[in-house]
Amino acid sequence: MPRPRMRICLSAALAGAGLILSGCANPSVGSDRDDPTQPVTLKFWHGWSNQAEVKAVDDSIARFEKLHPNIKVETVNNVTDETVNQALRAGGDDAPDVVSSFTTNNVGQYCSSGMWADLDPFMKKTGVEKEKVFPKTFLDYTSYQGKQCALPLLADSFGLYYNKDAFKEAGIERPPRTMSEFKRDAAKLTKRKPDGSYERAGFVPNFRLYQNSPDRLFAQWGPAYFDKKGKAQLARDPRTKQFLTTQRELLDAQGGYAALEKFRTTFGDEMSSQSSFMTQKAAMHLDGEWRGLMLKEGKAKFDWGSAPLPVPDDQADTYGRGYLTGTVAGIAHGSKHQNAAWELLRFLTVDTDQVVRFANAIHNVPSTFAALKSPKLDADPAFRTFIDIARNPHSQAMPPSINGGQYITAFQDFAYDAEAGKVPDLDKGLRELDAQIDADNLQSVN
Amino acid sequence: MSLVESPERPAATAPRPKAPALRRKHLRQRLRTLGFLSPWLVGFSVFFGYPLLATVYFSFMHYNQIEQPSFVGLRNWKYVFTQMPLFGPALWNTLWLVVVMVALRVVFGLGIGLLVTKIKSGVGFFRTAFYLPYLAPPVAATVAFVFLLNPGTGPVNEILEAVGIPAPGWFNDAAWAKPSLVMLSLWGIGDLMVIFMAALLDVPKEQYEAAELDGAGAWARFRYVTWPSITPIVLFAVVTGVVQTMQYYTQALVAGKLASGVTIGPGTVIQPGYPDHSTLTVPQLVYSLGFQNFNTGAACVLSLVLFVIAMAVTTLLMRKRAGLLPAED
Repeated sequence: MPRPRMRICLSAALAGAGLILSGCANPSVGSDRDDPTQPVTLKFWHGWSNQAEVKAVDDSIARFEKLHPNIKVETVNNVTDETVNQALRAGGDDAPDVVSSFTTNNVGQYCSSGMWADLDPFMKKTGVEKEKVFPKTFLDYTSYQGKQCALPLLADSFGLYYNKDAFKEAGIERPPRTMSEFKRDAAKLTKRKPDGSYERAGFVPNFRLYQNSPDRLFAQWGPAYFDKKGKAQLARDPRTKQFLTTQRELLDAQGGYAALEKFRTTFGDEMSSQSSFMTQKAAMHLDGEWRGLMLKEGKAKFDWGSAPLPVPDDQADTYGRGYLTGTVAGIAHGSKHQNAAWELLRFLTVDTDQVVRFANAIHNVPSTFAALKSPKLDADPAFRTFIDIARNPHSQAMPPSINGGQYITAFQDFAYDAEAGKVPDLDKGLRELDAQIDADNLQSVN
Repeated sequence: MSLVESPERPAATAPRPKAPALRRKHLRQRLRTLGFLSPWLVGFSVFFGYPLLATVYFSFMHYNQIEQPSFVGLRNWKYVFTQMPLFGPALWNTLWLVVVMVALRVVFGLGIGLLVTKIKSGVGFFRTAFYLPYLAPPVAATVAFVFLLNPGTGPVNEILEAVGIPAPGWFNDAAWAKPSLVMLSLWGIGDLMVIFMAALLDVPKEQYEAAELDGAGAWARFRYVTWPSITPIVLFAVVTGVVQTMQYYTQALVAGKLASGVTIGPGTVIQPGYPDHSTLTVPQLVYSLGFQNFNTGAACVLSLVLFVIAMAVTTLLMRKRAGLLPAED
């Protein structure tokens, strides 16, 4: 084929491909003009897969259908965010009307893209005042740049589990409240075998242990990851350096990073009876509210208790705070029955009785003010600790991001190096980290 | 001046127009050819041509898999090459695995093949024993290896420590993580072993007999008889090995996640490549960028980089025959 003809054909092929490809991403438009009193079938997709959890969801749906006989709900469980994204992108009759996600980091994208419908008009229509219903922290991680496209569907809060027998043995009367107490108690609780290896560590702070990710521990300092302009400010915030320094001190107080990292590899699976706290290889342990139930069901051979994680000495008045995360739920932008979908979403997230029953059933923290105060809530003191953490105004969740929490992984990577002593100049490293986070965020903006 | 008279060429004449019947015949021939080619053409277009075009197209677009794509020029390319610190380690790890893993797999596969073909009794048992691990699903095999090589509780380290050998951290040590993955791939060498066995059994026996009569020892027999006969198969193993290793994903991802001990749950974000990005390969980065960070453009750039490298290496190997076959004129 002569060259000019080849070029023309190639250009035409590329232009054609561009036209075909550019048409493959067009979110379908739904409707909020439906009458929620008319018979309708809704599709609800969620991520729970455990048998007891799925039963709890199904029971909730049964209660909803009893209240709204005209609305039938078909549930699909064990659905991942990728599947939800694909379904919402494709649209059509089989796409869900109500969706949920365990990944709060994706809320930014759901809101900014319009894939999850803005819920403010629905709340306004039905008289739901979100500030009076949900704690501010929960509203923060379910909205993005002022757009409330999701609501919290129960939450997880993180605190400290401690071995009371070990505390008694070490002569410690109560769980630590400040970081200096934390370091001192951790060192006191550390026990070694005759050959020098660990029999028990006071608290294994290593960021890669179970739920110990840096963002969770950093919540005790109450950090601000971004300034008002959305620029990363970890280098400018002195708390970042304090946190990373405290981590190194915690490690050094118990034998150093390398020794504890090696000890960490001897721990069993987090969700098994061989986990470090269960086998008494650690006297203190960071975890979510579900651990209490596991300790009871696993018949722990020691007396244990729960408390909030310690806070920095200069912020002692914030003791009681912790890291929060949770499940989020919203309405698909492409749903043709958005008012009916709102009725289901409102029932699942706002109805006090429903929220309390669901929280008790799956042992999660309720996500509304009324449910958090409800007398019907599980009275177990260990669980109550986590309710209090969730209610604490100083508790923090991660700010939403437009790119699935890329800034969190960047921060985690840096923190892994810092705890291993691989960052000789923390200030310089944090400045580079900020620049990286800003570049990643800029790359995600259209 | 040439002494040899060149025969006179006939004068060039304009081609005569073909008769309609002849044109129809040619058209039928073309259509028949296309008909026979069509299964491949359809497969190629749907599973290679279109995805490749789409990847090139999206590499110049901002596309978060939800909103309409928008043209951003070279922004994604600039981001990958200048603002993505993980690109370097991922590419290095991938190329390291390509060089080390492929070389060792070929050497081991050939070694085991030779061994099994030489065995006089119990051939069936040894063939099965060496082939079976290859049938284990990659995820299951990786889980087993991470368990066996656990630096704290794994039986391998307990044995090593019992006999006084300092035990490495395997998947938990950045220096040992890639060698551990290589060990895992060598354990599943059964596929290459079978291919090499077939090649080795195809070498004519008379050539060995002739070599023995000429007084050739074991090494000389391998060097001058076996090797020339199996070089095309070695080349096949190298080329397919390079292409497969360029796409190395599952084992590295599973090993990294398991060894790190991080549990996935609400609010958990995981960067693959534990420990210290030592097991991060380009395909893992593509997935992470594309489906965790919704950065389709950058993921497409990375995919194209991988494609170009794989094409270049394969072309080079095919051209030079990897020094195994005499290059064609």
